[in-house]
Amino acid sequence: MIGIGDQAPEFELQDTDGEVQAWETPAVVIFTCNHCPYALAWHDRLMQVARDYVDVHFYAINPNDAERYPRDSFEAMRERVRRDEGWPMPYMHDLTQEVARGYGAKTTPDVFVVDSGGALRYRGAPDADYEDEAQNASWLREALDSMLAGEEIARPETDPVGCSVKWRQ
Amino acid sequence: MTVELLWWDGCPSHPEALADLERILHEEGVPADVTRVEIEDDAQARRERFPGSPTIRIDGRDIVPPEDGEPYSLTCRVYRRRDGRISPVPDPEDVRDAVRRAA
Repeated sequence: MIGIGDQAPEFELQDTDGEVQAWETPAVVIFTCNHCPYALAWHDRLMQVARDYVDVHFYAINPNDAERYPRDSFEAMRERVRRDEGWPMPYMHDLTQEVARGYGAKTTPDVFVVDSGGALRYRGAPDADYEDEAQNASWLREALDSMLAGEEIARPETDPVGCSVKWRQ
Repeated sequence: MTVELLWWDGCPSHPEALADLERILHEEGVPADVTRVEIEDDAQARRERFPGSPTIRIDGRDIVPPEDGEPYSLTCRVYRRRDGRISPVPDPEDVRDAVRRAA
């Protein structure tokens, strides 16, 4: 588990196109999944952030145990991306859950912002209210704007809100 | 009228669902107590026919019946608000309609 200012774990995971994605920074790492209503409620806002910040590398990672949660299987992930006609970020399955453990992911969603030097700069929820689309992932956007401007992030950490990560038993 | 809220600790939505339910029971003048049932493992989920957290049952009926074949497990339920938004809790108006039907 990492804290603000720590080096974020690098990773290589396979995306739904079967390609192994190389780790590049600055980055936003989003732990998310198919079955959680919180992840689904925030999904469109997070996709739009990825479209708006083209100089930042976005990674969506599903950390859940697909044996107990078949809706989070790799096949289900592929089908979801296909149905959406593609995502603006790779969607990857953390089969061993090592990446999620390395980051200390607690929920889906759980969002981590990493600067160009690989240090963690923000961790938490996309914004204050999953129900209010007008929030527009404002906490994440504020963190990105400050980081890219070389400024301190006013709110570097918020409580992640969502379904607990489904760890293998 | 029997009113049950079945919940699992892995979802943070049950306090909101309980607050909505108790408020609506009060607003509708229904003096029912909400029985809270914590679901703690998959075996209990199957036994209780628990499709996810939160589940509200009035007189034994799920107020938003799950689709056929929905598995019983420790998971979070995905509800749809009446405006189409995805939500971890039922639309309050769906709760109200269920209370009125049972009253």
